[in-house]
Amino acid sequence: MAKKVGIEVSLAVSEVVKLANADVIAAYPITPQTHIVEHLAELVADGELDANYIPVESEHSAMSACLGSSAAGARTFTATAGQGLELMHEVLYVASSMRLPLVMAVANRALSAPLSVWGDHSDVMAVRDTGWIQIFVENGQEAVDNILCAFRIGEDHRVLLPVMIHLDGFHLSHMIEAVLLPEPSQVDKFLPAFNYPLALHPDRPVTMGAFAIPLLYSEAKKAQEVNLEASKEVILECWDEFGKIFNRRYSPVERYRSDDARVLLLTMGSFSETAMTAIDGMRDEGKSVGLVRLRLWRPFPFAEIRQAVRNAEVLIVLDRALSYGGPGGPVCSEIRSALYGEDKKPKVIGFVGGLGGRDITRTGFEAIINRGIEIAKKGSDKEFEIYGVRE
Amino acid sequence: MTKPEGEYTWRDINIGAIVNEPGSASQYRTGDWRSQRPTYDFNKCIKCGLCQIFCPEGCIYENDEGYFEADLFYCKGCGICARECWPIVITMVPEEE
Repeated sequence: MAKKVGIEVSLAVSEVVKLANADVIAAYPITPQTHIVEHLAELVADGELDANYIPVESEHSAMSACLGSSAAGARTFTATAGQGLELMHEVLYVASSMRLPLVMAVANRALSAPLSVWGDHSDVMAVRDTGWIQIFVENGQEAVDNILCAFRIGEDHRVLLPVMIHLDGFHLSHMIEAVLLPEPSQVDKFLPAFNYPLALHPDRPVTMGAFAIPLLYSEAKKAQEVNLEASKEVILECWDEFGKIFNRRYSPVERYRSDDARVLLLTMGSFSETAMTAIDGMRDEGKSVGLVRLRLWRPFPFAEIRQAVRNAEVLIVLDRALSYGGPGGPVCSEIRSALYGEDKKPKVIGFVGGLGGRDITRTGFEAIINRGIEIAKKGSDKEFEIYGVRE
Repeated sequence: MTKPEGEYTWRDINIGAIVNEPGSASQYRTGDWRSQRPTYDFNKCIKCGLCQIFCPEGCIYENDEGYFEADLFYCKGCGICARECWPIVITMVPEEE
């Protein structure tokens, strides 16, 4: 049986990377991700994890080292946050385009300036189009479970893609929670050995990252797009298999008291837990509200989102990132676009909030929902509103 | 590559566009980049091979009679051979002529 331990979520992430028996970890510490890679360094130094730990001089180098390691067929892990993720930016595209599986935990953090080490989703949204599979988690258990799933999904020969697991900086990374750590025997049953089909080897020379002339580049990109789209089936299959072994189930779009709700709120990450409490409170008052939580960010779960919201009258989307000068939060604008062609769809109202570590409490979520309903009724001359900003 | 680049569909692309056939770049026709081509007056040629040494593409070969000629499959028409050839054997002419 898996044992339940009280553990900081960052350390739990490191422990599950150990259980997954990662071969190479190349990482650079940055708040609020530091505890993950610090603890992994400890595990390697203490001989608890037989891995190659590469301390690098920057996140750009961390990601570059990870590419090499994955290309050589090693199970590879790294973690970063905020500015660190941005410094990796150009290499992120190379990882996905070269179809190199590796797993990265991102302890989501706001971007400078002004300097903020606290959490929001600015970093995620800036790497939205890098071609990685991206999954949001809500609590420590989900972080542990999905790190394990990420290795299996990414390394599947039908997928062969890098995977980001997004856990909110501080709100999750620094919380001590009760977490069920899987037994090594369960992990062995769930996670097959990594076997990269075209791994670098002196006897079988290959060229990776060769240039493509205009006659071939579009074909390479189409292949990449089809592959990322098709990964959804493997993700679903993996979560299904995970459920059978560990008895915890995940889906691309999670619903909470939403089936008969006329008004829906949509959130990602750890905020969803508080939002659920807010929904409970409003339900007690007899209001027809529910919650939809977006877990799978890439590939975007079009069918599941459409299905989850189709019966509602109002859908309020809370983004934790701003697209300056744009149509609102990136998640809201994607959901609007996903629903645009539907005959039956709710009115979509956009909010941005929880920026740079700002909390949204239970009453905050209630206020967002009530304001959303008011906008849906009376209309607004703004594309979106920033919740809680002092005027 | 076993067929011209323009005949590859997205389904034919290796995972990650990885090239697993060594030396396949030799099948890439760089000759169609050319806007002018070298022509030769071999009566003046002393077979010194200077053009071959200076060719940045390495596409100049020695023919059966010992003269040096560019392989037009690869020659990009840069004209360096013509400039370096001191007996003035090589003249660059526009492709349309």
